[in-house]
Amino acid sequence: MSASKLTDLSLAAARDGLRQKDFTSEELTQAHIAAMEAGRKLNAVILETPEKALDMAKASDAKLSAGEGGALEGLPIGVKDLFCTKGVRATACSKILGDFTPTYESTVTQNLWDAGAVHLGKLNNDEFAMGSSNETSCFGPVINPWRSQASESQDTDLVPGGSSGGSSASVAAHIGVAATATDTGGSIRQPAAFTGTVGLKPTYGRCSRWGIVAFASSLDQAGPITRTVRDSAIMLGAMAGHDAKDTTSIDAPVPDYEAALGANLNGKKVGIPKEYRIDGMSGEIETLWQQGIDWLKDAGAEIVDVSLPHTKYALPAYYIIAPAEASSNLARYDGVRYGTRLEGENLLDMYEKTRGAGFGAEVRRRIMIGTYVLSAGYYDAYYLKALKVRRLIADDFKQAFEKCDVLLTPATPSSAFAIGENLDDPLAMYMNDVFTVTVNLAGLPGISVPAGLDSQGLPLGLQLIGQPFGEEALLGMAEKIEQAAGFDARPDIWWA
Amino acid sequence: MSADNLPDDNLPVDDKTVHRIARLARIAVPDEEIASLGTELNAILGFIEQLSEVNTDDILPMTAVVETEIKRREDAVTDGGYVEDITANAPVSDDDYFAVPKVVE
Repeated sequence: MSASKLTDLSLAAARDGLRQKDFTSEELTQAHIAAMEAGRKLNAVILETPEKALDMAKASDAKLSAGEGGALEGLPIGVKDLFCTKGVRATACSKILGDFTPTYESTVTQNLWDAGAVHLGKLNNDEFAMGSSNETSCFGPVINPWRSQASESQDTDLVPGGSSGGSSASVAAHIGVAATATDTGGSIRQPAAFTGTVGLKPTYGRCSRWGIVAFASSLDQAGPITRTVRDSAIMLGAMAGHDAKDTTSIDAPVPDYEAALGANLNGKKVGIPKEYRIDGMSGEIETLWQQGIDWLKDAGAEIVDVSLPHTKYALPAYYIIAPAEASSNLARYDGVRYGTRLEGENLLDMYEKTRGAGFGAEVRRRIMIGTYVLSAGYYDAYYLKALKVRRLIADDFKQAFEKCDVLLTPATPSSAFAIGENLDDPLAMYMNDVFTVTVNLAGLPGISVPAGLDSQGLPLGLQLIGQPFGEEALLGMAEKIEQAAGFDARPDIWWA
Repeated sequence: MSADNLPDDNLPVDDKTVHRIARLARIAVPDEEIASLGTELNAILGFIEQLSEVNTDDILPMTAVVETEIKRREDAVTDGGYVEDITANAPVSDDDYFAVPKVVE
């Protein structure tokens, strides 16, 4: 099979091909290494590990030829740079981590290697996962493989979404068969929507957070970005599981997510939250949402209207809680135990200089907001208030789920925008997560599925929100949207 | 403090407050960036101010999204014995210790 054919394959198809010995993992991996090298203009991969990949591929081939191997045996994937990888630099795309090379492996990536996955390289992301466009990375922005078809903007570079922009762009560009990602306010689902890929944020606690650079610990959750819903199910099955090293990870068996596909939707209820019909919503997003409703209805589901009255307060609550947790989590970057250090006149001066130079503008902004809302005299008014509003938001979902099994919403308020377009206005950038951030606050699973192209020829996604540990129902329903949408568009390969 | 120095109700963060937050956060901020940073912080605080509209009387703050029992374990050493790994990434280390500027005269 030719190299380009090998990179055409979905994760499931590549897995099946390897098992049937149609090709070897070494051939599959070589093809993806070539795609990675050809895709350097996209800046999705910030550390290529081709030698490691080939060593792992050869080991997988030995297992496969003996009829052995795990769920992901021999499949080349990329890893968001937020994951600590033993002996392979991990920076969270921040200058402050310098050339930090972990001496340990995150639980999620260890699970993937144990399942036989092959490590292609580390993927770009917004600095400490703070951003919605992958423009805050110290390695520079990732470029979306997709470009507008509108004649006046054909040459404009678009953002791949964020913070998992390297993950979404690499999967959309067929550099890796799948990628790990993390989601604190939408960082898996929004970039997936911007690149025509599938992004799954599992229930809080489904995947271990151990060894993942912490941003906001009560919201962070790892998940996959893939090209199909089936691939998402396979990846989640390998990533998820209880971990004694993360006390918030849930001690519950990991279901066979792939077996949940092909579910019958008869009698299933899909809730449509009216508050997600936000002011100024584009007609194209409304049409897409209605299309999704019709698809699920045709597949046998019943549509019910539900209300999530505190939706508009989710972003303001998030921009208290997430920065508050970040200001605490990021206190560890002080130039003492790892990363870069700037010398100072004394210890305090060293801390301040190191952190002043090491953090980028958005990270600095969030640490300072977090510091402010936690400071004496403001803690109750801001932080405690936000935690109370968070409960109201979570309660909204509980009540809605008394009437339905899953919720259907748009994934993002728009398609991918141009690099630089929202950089000067943090609040405009924050609005990208208006449909996704509620899910993190409530700890629920959510999935973004490509559902169509807008008038510029750019992908748009629909989001399904599930009940806690309802990933199987979510995947079964997402597959129906995938099938009905028949989304098979691919970006023109302008970068190679 | 005279009334003139108090932050405006609509603009909670003045230059002095930016300096104070920066010091608390242990981040050196160049003087020329103080004013613009204050403007940005005020815009964000203005946005999150919306929460004051919400009645949260008798609502308990939410600290965990998934109801779970806290797991117990033996109070025993289960890890350790690899000092080289711990100090491997230190900017400056000496004899298995992290080295910092002198803090005691």
